[in-house]
Amino acid sequence: MDELMVRIENVTKEYKLGQIGGTTLQESIQRFNAKLLHKEDPTKKIGASEEQYGEKFLALSDVSFDVKKGERVGIIGHNGAGKSTLLKLVSRITAPTSGFIGLNGRITSMLEVGTGFHAELTGRENIYMNGAILGMTKKEIDAKMEDIIEFSECRKFIDTPVKRYSSGMYVKLAFSVAAHLDSEIMIMDEVLAVGDMAFQKKCLDKMTQVSKDEGRTILYVSHNMNTIRQLCDRVIVLNHGRVTFDGDVEEGISIYMDEEECSQKEIDLTACKRTHDHASMGEVVLERIVSDRDSGWRIPVTEKLEFSIHLKANKDLENVGFRMGLSTADGFAITVFLAPNLFSCKKGEKITIPLQADTSLLAPGKYVMTAVLYGVNEYGAWSFYDHVGNAVIFEVENQLGFNENMDWDPRHWGHVKLPELAVTGSIIKK
Amino acid sequence: MLEQKENFRTEITSEHKLMDLHLKETLGYKDLILLFVKRDFVASYKQTLLGPLWAVIQPLLTTIVFTFVFGNLAGLTTADIPGEFVIPGFLFYMVGNVCWGYFSNTISATSGTFINNRGTMGKVYYPRLVSPISTAISKLIPFAIQFAMIAVFWLFFVIRGGTSIVISPMLLFIPLLILQMIFLSVGLGIIISSLTTKYRDLTMLVSFVLQLWQYACPVAYGLELIPKQYMALYMLNPVVPIITTFRYAIFGVGYFSLFYYLISWAFSLIVFFIGLILFSRIERTFMDTV
Repeated sequence: MDELMVRIENVTKEYKLGQIGGTTLQESIQRFNAKLLHKEDPTKKIGASEEQYGEKFLALSDVSFDVKKGERVGIIGHNGAGKSTLLKLVSRITAPTSGFIGLNGRITSMLEVGTGFHAELTGRENIYMNGAILGMTKKEIDAKMEDIIEFSECRKFIDTPVKRYSSGMYVKLAFSVAAHLDSEIMIMDEVLAVGDMAFQKKCLDKMTQVSKDEGRTILYVSHNMNTIRQLCDRVIVLNHGRVTFDGDVEEGISIYMDEEECSQKEIDLTACKRTHDHASMGEVVLERIVSDRDSGWRIPVTEKLEFSIHLKANKDLENVGFRMGLSTADGFAITVFLAPNLFSCKKGEKITIPLQADTSLLAPGKYVMTAVLYGVNEYGAWSFYDHVGNAVIFEVENQLGFNENMDWDPRHWGHVKLPELAVTGSIIKK
Repeated sequence: MLEQKENFRTEITSEHKLMDLHLKETLGYKDLILLFVKRDFVASYKQTLLGPLWAVIQPLLTTIVFTFVFGNLAGLTTADIPGEFVIPGFLFYMVGNVCWGYFSNTISATSGTFINNRGTMGKVYYPRLVSPISTAISKLIPFAIQFAMIAVFWLFFVIRGGTSIVISPMLLFIPLLILQMIFLSVGLGIIISSLTTKYRDLTMLVSFVLQLWQYACPVAYGLELIPKQYMALYMLNPVVPIITTFRYAIFGVGYFSLFYYLISWAFSLIVFFIGLILFSRIERTFMDTV
């Protein structure tokens, strides 16, 4: 079982910042011409500093590690740490800027659920399609067809076009195909985030089982630490494109949690990955979230969170609402704060809104905030303007006297300390 | 990393070899190519009443309009060589339109390879060449249907008689001509698709240039219309020998020049290989710029 399956050696991936691509031939010629005549670049945006233009961003810098056969490696890190870039390089979607990647075996990458599914084709046809895209031959798919249909729990609908499927069925079918591939290396990027809990568990069990029985190697990226715990036997922590930890799962997770910079007051969201795709995305953009406290995003238990959001409007809008979802660092949703009809805006405006969230009921621990700007029209249809998952991580710190100094164990007690029970009459003694 | 350098089945580095075209790997994905072809076919005719009949209707109507406008109204010649020949204008326009149709449809479809498939290609690896190859093949299906339509009309004219159409050994050229059309159109298509990952202007240009290019080909008129002094220049258009030879093959009379035919073949092959090289260069990192 010591066979080497994946080798990543000094891999670096560089992206040009600013407008990547999207240039026209005209701009390229203008720029080239200006360079020739030693003139100022006419396509440069006014106000953009010289250094900023063509600035490079290292998504991964000098990353090296080996993965042996049968290992299930979880890759964790914050937004922008380079997790997805790493998976993209290993699955050959884009090439590294420098370095070497060696793979010993067939690769299946599931960076998205149901890649290549075509709405007009039936479930069965899509199994062939998806399987072939992932690198199977028709014969191999035929041999596994029954297992795939069985696992997907979609037998009844297998000859119906997938455009009539519910999103849950879609996910189940797609995952079933991937889970039954005969590939030696499997790459997954948060694909399990969709689908119901029962199916999620079924998938994780299946993955663990094939990894143990057939020695399949798995690279898995997730923000959900519980799935990492269930599936992986090794963790690699990435931070700003570098490997900061490689080894035991629990240790890795705790290192990742500690890396959270809760002391930083201001959090820039412009570079964060947007976690939703909606037609109206980008009409108002969250640029920064700033805590009012000097201690940053660290607040004593029973106190309230005070902060301000900084937005930029790209369109005239009315009654934009702000929503802030809270989940544990493991990825479990706890609750949500709403601010419906918070503001209206005009195109080009920059808006700052001071807000207070009553977090006094939250138990000590780390929490992850998802920030969403949304709107509801008069017919009740909603739309997202911006959606940043894991926007802020804040910590509620334990204080002397909290919970009568009893240890708060979130595993048994949960994450919310509701008000104390009230006695509704006189206590009767007999 | 102390072990000796091992041999990996797949190695990914930043360097790219000029002639590394992944051809062998692409052939391993022949099932995927077939599935793409099937998908294109099924998807384009699903929920249509007439289905694959549309493949016939389009060129048929175009041919009727051409016969009326260019034949009857404008009175343009339908002869490729001077002489007393009777070529039915209807069949003349049909052959030209079907050939040109395959050529231009394949170019416009393959030129969108990277941009139209970025959703899939950004999420999973398969040899990127699979896409243009399957596009070229799936465009052959309507072409085959149209070719059958030509055969029906051709038989009609042959049996009815009264035209100069004769069955000649030139018919054997047809497979070669089809092959050449594939090379030329796929070659141009993948060159454009490689360039459009950076410069979107080209997508605007493609449909427009194809429209103009059609006028530079003997689709709506016979070769005889071209003045002698421009003939050499005109024949350098690689599509011209394809169309005229195709017509020669079908009618048994027409224009054929081995010299220009070979030039056109050479041009097609060169374009195809430039396309392959460019394509394999761009495919590695196009996701970063597209």
